[in-house]
Amino acid sequence: METAGTYDVQSIRAQFPILSRKVKGKNLVYLDNAATAQKPTAVIDALVHYYSHYNANIHRGLHTLADEATAAYEASRLAVMNFVGASSTDEIIFTKGTTESINLVANAWGKSFLQEGDEIIISSLEHHANIVPWQMVAAEKKAVLKVIPIDDNGILDLEAFKSMLGPRTKFVSVVHVSNALGIINPVEEIIHLAHLHNALVLVDGAQSSVHLDIDVQTLGCDFYAFSGHKIYGPTGVGVLYGRKDLLESMPPYQGGGEMIKEVRFEHTTYNELPFKFEAGTPNIADVIALKAGIDFINNIGKAVIRKHEEMLLEYATAKLKEITGLTIIGDVKNKVSVISFIIDGVHPQDLAILLDNQGVAVRTGHHCTQPLMHRLGIVGTTRASFAAYNTIEEIDVLIQALNKSLKMLL
Amino acid sequence: MTDHKNIKNIEKELIDDFSLFETWEEKYEYLIDIGKKLAPLDPAFKTEEYKIKGCQSSVWIHSYAKDGLIYFEGDSDAIIVRGLVGLMITVLNGQPAKEIVNAPLDFINTIGLSSHLAQTRSNGLRAMIKQMKMDAGVLG
Repeated sequence: METAGTYDVQSIRAQFPILSRKVKGKNLVYLDNAATAQKPTAVIDALVHYYSHYNANIHRGLHTLADEATAAYEASRLAVMNFVGASSTDEIIFTKGTTESINLVANAWGKSFLQEGDEIIISSLEHHANIVPWQMVAAEKKAVLKVIPIDDNGILDLEAFKSMLGPRTKFVSVVHVSNALGIINPVEEIIHLAHLHNALVLVDGAQSSVHLDIDVQTLGCDFYAFSGHKIYGPTGVGVLYGRKDLLESMPPYQGGGEMIKEVRFEHTTYNELPFKFEAGTPNIADVIALKAGIDFINNIGKAVIRKHEEMLLEYATAKLKEITGLTIIGDVKNKVSVISFIIDGVHPQDLAILLDNQGVAVRTGHHCTQPLMHRLGIVGTTRASFAAYNTIEEIDVLIQALNKSLKMLL
Repeated sequence: MTDHKNIKNIEKELIDDFSLFETWEEKYEYLIDIGKKLAPLDPAFKTEEYKIKGCQSSVWIHSYAKDGLIYFEGDSDAIIVRGLVGLMITVLNGQPAKEIVNAPLDFINTIGLSSHLAQTRSNGLRAMIKQMKMDAGVLG
């Protein structure tokens, strides 16, 4: 049953030009939204409009184009501030994406404040982007990297986490929503527990930012990182929210133009927040167009989209469970619209190739979470992830395509 | 034995075989069938040493020389890739090393499987071809 009347999915689909294209002669069924969301016309138009009407370098020019570009760029920062519930635009740093946001913190904070023997805690559910930067800084500073274990369903072991916390715990970096499994982690509790030990907490919001209402002040996190392209915005732009006092205490991540106040060959003083962390000409066009992505979400309402996605999740979960030999990995209650599954005797790659031939785009493989796949004892999964524009009919196509593929493979 | 057929001849035969199928389903079912019928690889060769790691699936290739010609055995954990292994072995088995090294092996693009199958890095096809040519170069 489609939620017609309350949720007009067809009028939402009409805003996404790519959804009307064909793949191998079939209607595209795009179910790889956890990798990247498609872009509404408003986002595409914002990019074209910027380059067609007011392309200019920002913050320093004294001409009309520079003024307009600066105003649009800073309007986007304000939109992001409201999107995550930060208290000041000084706390919003534009980056290339979640990966760069995490690297910024690992480098700028980690290299200044970590001492030999200090401990950093991550979880078994992390994306490689929230593992490798910490391994690198831990190796350099002789710090220790600890990993919160999970159970066989992918649920974090909070008791184990509690026992890991101690006087040497300096930083906890955890994923809000698992990209591989869709599980929502209890980050509020993790933050609370970490703060009892005076450890800072970064929340990897790459997957949560599009589905869940985010208020960094209510969450209480010290840093929150996410990517524009997963919230219907352009690729190449991401965000780091950081508590103002922390960002002020941290040295710059990169040196160059924009991030300076005064440069002499003997000494340079740095610009104030947030510019201290935005060296060089930023990704102006994509930052500006990111606001159109945020506006798209706000115009419908995150809670309204979530309800639609939950309906899709429930329907797809029930339908998938009817397939013999199929097991959903991370089949828990508290998750977003992501379903990861394996099928007895079927390699995920074979499935992806055959589904693609039927116009269905899903993700297969280890989802950049090799330690998680290793822990679960699998080579990878097939992952279908749903967004605001997906429909019940598309899930029916997925199920038909899956059954046809299995007939060919088994 | 097919020792008089050169690589080009065998490629031509495969292109003809695949051209009998009109739909993508038939072509893939044929490829999957080749994968299923591929002679099992001796477990002694299913080790890291013989493994060609793709992003999503793994391929094992064991190459050896006999009477001045090069022979291959192989396997993959994914059935479509196993089919590709089978196709490559059909084309290259029992050929002189020099012929293998110099073969363009572009028949994959003309048998009508999806183009991404031939192009993407993730299925390890390119790595597989590179390994078979390297082995032939060393053994030959």
